Amino acid sequence: MSDATSNANTIDAPTPEKGIAAAEAKNNPVLAADGTPLKKSLRRALRAQKLRALMLIAPLLIFVLVTFIAPILDMLFRSIENQIVSDTLPRTTSQLSEWDPATDELPPEAVYEAFYYDLFAAVEARQHTRLGQRLNYENTGVSSLFRGSGRDLDDFREDQVEYIEDFSPEWEDAGYWLSLMSGEGGEDFLDTRRDAILALIRESKRSPLGDLWCATIATCATAPEDIDIGYTPSAEVIDLLPRTSEAYADFALITVLEEEDSIAEEEPWEAVYVALAQDLAETPESELAAFSGPQAQALVDLKAGLADVEAQSFRDLFAQSDDDWVTPSPWRTIQTYAPAYTTGYFLNAADMQKTPDGPEFRPENERIYGLLLQRTMFLSLTITFSCILLGYPIAYLLSNLPMRTANLLMILVLLPFWTSLLVRTSAWKVMLQQQGVINDVLVWLGLVGDGSRLVMINNQFGTIVAMTHILLPFMILPMYSVMSTIPPSYVRAAKSLGATNWTTFWRVYFPQSVPGIGAGSILVFILSIGYYITPEIVGGTTGTFISNRIAYHISSSLNWGLAAALGSILLVVVLALYWAYDRIVGIDNVKLGG
Amino acid sequence: MSDTVVITETKTLPYSFTLPVVGGAGAFFGLFVGTAQGSGLLGVVIGFVLCAALAWVALSLAGVKNEKGFKWGCIALFLVAGFLVGGAPGLVLGGLFGWFLGWFIYWIGRGRYRMFLPPYLTGGQVLWHYSFRVICGAIFVFLITPILVVMPLSFNAENFFTFTPEMLSFDPAGYSLRHYRDFFSSAEWQQALRNSLMIAPVATLLAVGFGTLAAIGLSQPHVPFRQAIMAILISPMIVPLIISAAGMYFFYSRIGLQGTYVGVVLAHAALGIPFVIITVTATLVGFDRSLTRAAANMGANPVTTFFRVQMPLILPGVISGGLFAFITSFDEVVVVLFVGSANQQTLPWQMFTGLREQISPTILAVATILVGISIVLLTTVELLRRRSERLRGLSPG
Amino acid sequence: MKLTKTLLATTALTVAAAGANAESHVEMADSMTIVSWGGAYQESQLKAYVEPYMEQNPGVSVTWDESSPEAVAKLRAMDEAGNITWDLVDVTAADAMRLCDEGLAMEVDHDEILAEAPDGTPATEDFGDMIVSDCFVPQIAYSITNAYRTDVDEWEGRTPEDICALFDTENFPGNRTLERRPINNMEWALMCDGVAFEDIYDVLETEEGQQQALDKLDTIKDQTIWWTSAAESIQTLADAEAVIGSSYNGRFFSAIVEQDQPLEMLWDAQVYDIDGWIIPEGLSDEKLARVEHFLKFATDTQRLADQAKYISYGPARASSVPLVSTHAELGIEMAPHMPTNPDNSDNAFVQNYEWWADYRDDIDAKFQAWLAR
Repeated sequence: MSDATSNANTIDAPTPEKGIAAAEAKNNPVLAADGTPLKKSLRRALRAQKLRALMLIAPLLIFVLVTFIAPILDMLFRSIENQIVSDTLPRTTSQLSEWDPATDELPPEAVYEAFYYDLFAAVEARQHTRLGQRLNYENTGVSSLFRGSGRDLDDFREDQVEYIEDFSPEWEDAGYWLSLMSGEGGEDFLDTRRDAILALIRESKRSPLGDLWCATIATCATAPEDIDIGYTPSAEVIDLLPRTSEAYADFALITVLEEEDSIAEEEPWEAVYVALAQDLAETPESELAAFSGPQAQALVDLKAGLADVEAQSFRDLFAQSDDDWVTPSPWRTIQTYAPAYTTGYFLNAADMQKTPDGPEFRPENERIYGLLLQRTMFLSLTITFSCILLGYPIAYLLSNLPMRTANLLMILVLLPFWTSLLVRTSAWKVMLQQQGVINDVLVWLGLVGDGSRLVMINNQFGTIVAMTHILLPFMILPMYSVMSTIPPSYVRAAKSLGATNWTTFWRVYFPQSVPGIGAGSILVFILSIGYYITPEIVGGTTGTFISNRIAYHISSSLNWGLAAALGSILLVVVLALYWAYDRIVGIDNVKLGG
Repeated sequence: MSDTVVITETKTLPYSFTLPVVGGAGAFFGLFVGTAQGSGLLGVVIGFVLCAALAWVALSLAGVKNEKGFKWGCIALFLVAGFLVGGAPGLVLGGLFGWFLGWFIYWIGRGRYRMFLPPYLTGGQVLWHYSFRVICGAIFVFLITPILVVMPLSFNAENFFTFTPEMLSFDPAGYSLRHYRDFFSSAEWQQALRNSLMIAPVATLLAVGFGTLAAIGLSQPHVPFRQAIMAILISPMIVPLIISAAGMYFFYSRIGLQGTYVGVVLAHAALGIPFVIITVTATLVGFDRSLTRAAANMGANPVTTFFRVQMPLILPGVISGGLFAFITSFDEVVVVLFVGSANQQTLPWQMFTGLREQISPTILAVATILVGISIVLLTTVELLRRRSERLRGLSPG
Repeated sequence: MKLTKTLLATTALTVAAAGANAESHVEMADSMTIVSWGGAYQESQLKAYVEPYMEQNPGVSVTWDESSPEAVAKLRAMDEAGNITWDLVDVTAADAMRLCDEGLAMEVDHDEILAEAPDGTPATEDFGDMIVSDCFVPQIAYSITNAYRTDVDEWEGRTPEDICALFDTENFPGNRTLERRPINNMEWALMCDGVAFEDIYDVLETEEGQQQALDKLDTIKDQTIWWTSAAESIQTLADAEAVIGSSYNGRFFSAIVEQDQPLEMLWDAQVYDIDGWIIPEGLSDEKLARVEHFLKFATDTQRLADQAKYISYGPARASSVPLVSTHAELGIEMAPHMPTNPDNSDNAFVQNYEWWADYRDDIDAKFQAWLAR
């Protein structure tokens, strides 16, 4: 432990740089043994040395970057990621962007129509409840709105659907539909739709790296962008029946990519019929008659027949499904959270929320994270301070005892360090609870009455005691390594010059031990800020940390974005401290008792 | 302390000093016994008188010659007194107090407390010296108590987590080995042990392998971006565990490592790396570079130099870093809970679910076994450290 | 060229599909990972159906994962990774609905994959209302209810008669232990604040109603130890840290009857819930075949009745109820300990899952903020 703490780069000794500088100063090139100028030769040696050092470090650096840094960055990304809204409701969000949420007017029919087709595809891909849940974080009730209307969607414009199905048996035949929609020239159209559906079902295309991997090393399943859908859309039909083509393409893609069925055998879903009815109503008869496919006459007949079937507006249909759709509230939420990236989670983590008028604080009774962050800071500071108070005498004692004794006592410090955290925490529970060891002893000694046992657990006191115990070794070890480098001669000199014990300690010894306190404090503070299991077990409601909420959002409420935002805030605090730590003591000077 | 030299002669101190001090100690303990029995004041008085009287007996009647006899007598007296007052627990506490008092009387009365201190210290300085030791002792007790509580509880005969009245009265019926039997006979615990033993060594090996290489690289004199690289490599120790766990959970899910053996091993290796880096670079600070140059000079190639010269010298650092990495993985619960799946249930995971689903002292039995292992490992580290210092030519202190 | 390829591929697919259909006996995997809750409940599953199944089918191995509390989160993560490592998951009804909605659980045809009752009643009728979701195979009915210590001197012989004893700190002083989440606690608080059973969710929907519930809970906040896992609450009561509190009725049964703790059930206003299996979406054919084979066995009439020998949860099949017999070790009659027993279910309360699915996040935020203050 008495190692010199000097750092390898500060050694004041001849180095290649100094050699070169010396050579330059003299202005006459010194030659190396092989005849090249010394400067060049030295530089080459230096480069080789740097390269060798980097080669040695590279494997670990890559390892840590992949296994640790990448996950952290990925988590940071989740705190702003919000593609789910625009991926699930692409048409709706683009239509909604023109609507002014500040007015009390409802969005136009076009929005409801786009929403119908988007939601239908999402229901078939079973993605709508996930979106509902995402939006429910921002606007309570949206979850059931999506779930409920998702169930009703099949019955929208039921009359039209039934009319087409009953019109002629062909319209219920998968093959008939396939031949109507198939043709030439629609490859690009299908690719565009494929991108949209892949985004909806959260599949990603294979990257070039993946292609390489699959081509050389592994045998992979077909990449989602290469899976054959079973038809090529007809460019003519796309022009003639745009909505139907889109709805059919969505149906085909989800059927093949998600359900792994064949479109030659599956009857299209209701939205395709609704789209067809809509298209037919808007397309002049002459255009339909000019259609080159064999179904031209059938389309003309269908159009004529459908003219008598009443179709309610999409807005009315949604209103029947749930009144809330004809209030601006859900639409405002969708519009506010339409962008692919959002500050919503961070605002939430700061007890704020997004409104059409910009960020606002949440109502008083929902604010929690500011309080928790404050409490985390306060508890961590208290724990750090208790650790200094308890750790300083121990570190002092250890560094002033003969080494053998110190090392034996060091085992007492390290033993709890190596005892399972869970066990130590439960031991504290056994010790501190009202029927626990300490209260029992106090009652037995008569210091406390049986009826007035002390409450020492499930509150901040419990957290402070247990965490101080758990983190104390992290305070003692750095303090000890600093204190053991303080030469005893200073103290002796001070005393022989007539200083009192207190003056010697306070003016001579203590200032030299401050780096140890700094190192230990920052280490303890950083570690305590992120603790979660101990406060969970002994902290009750007032002694828990912000980490407990992070864990809760990951495993219970499933609000991963909020968990990531809270985690990012915590990480920033810790990194700032880490930077300070590096400034004050240098990372190299962390010692672990060895 | 056996090799410490006696630097101050001992002598019998005047009664005017000894009796009040010993009596004071007696009064202090008497206070507790007194309050427990109903009257604190009476306890103080009896304690004071009794202890002062015993001190007088020891110093004037028994003297140094009969020291042993007096001490045994003292223990016997308080054993009986303790038993009469408080039954079995009283017996133990009484015995302990008797032993302490026997020693304390002579320590004070004969001035033995100055034996190892310089003769010129003032009374105040001596008092401070011992008060400081007592404070440190109390802190050590604070550090150790939870472990001391866990050990007896692991022999609890009941299926609960608290001291039963039978245990407190030292009734053998209150103790049993059933939780140890549970541990050794339960397939789940054994599977957890096997998993821990499959994960920890591999993670350690990865951490030590990469870590040692990188530490050697980092301690070269010219490393570009040294600070930044160091910061990245140390980060697994600095980033709060919950954040690491969450990040790994999401990321490993994306790349299909969540819930796999490889995923857990990689995660644990990453967590262990800072320990290896820190201990190995610390060893390398004291490493004399001229040794490798000498080896190279004598014709050894770099690989030979590394394994024959450098490695033996830094081995203690490598091993102690490896032990830290091993324990990190062996004791880690947060990350494995997120990254692992049923097939990677480690001991700490099993303990965690044990705590959550059924609070059973089996986990205390496991903990006791683990503490035993920790002691063995720590002793190994200490022995290695001494060996390292011998090799490096430093005196073993 | 492309067309030929497509044609060839489709033909191959069709042939393969036809082959698979003809070959109805798919090879079954010989290992299963079953996810459950641990503790006495998992033990009852092991004894009642996993062990008998393994006896009948030697060579099948079962791995347990005690992750049911985090099942939804973990299944989501597995789904993101495209790597499902679980084969059969035990979840509560609310979680099953959530998983089914998200497409993480497989929809099943109950009549096809589950056994009929001995008298030939199809599974859907035998399970009846318990099938709350297309993905859910019900197993047991349990309840979250309360129990109190019988040895509290300060109570001077009074015993709690109804749920409002929780809030009656005058007659029943001492610590309480309640679950650290709003569900159930908010309902109980309103019940004891004069809100009628049928109005509870209407009241709770309003800001004022939520505040009313929190205000009621505020009266006992200082004396409540909040638990997150059921074992904690039992331990707290067994240690006499708390004198009255909530947990699952099966946990109380094992503490009272099997471990002889001085506790007594307070069945008033118990909240029913259902627990059962879901099959994760995306299993391989072999795995699925094994799981379905097991599930048919594990949820038949006799097996569900057998489970009640080990734990006091009511079987989900109507046809199992008459077969419920005595405790496997203690030999006592199990029926009086079932939450569905008429003596216990006078004033039982049924949780509204749908409602909570909407208000969970919002009320939880308020509840946790209230707790933290």
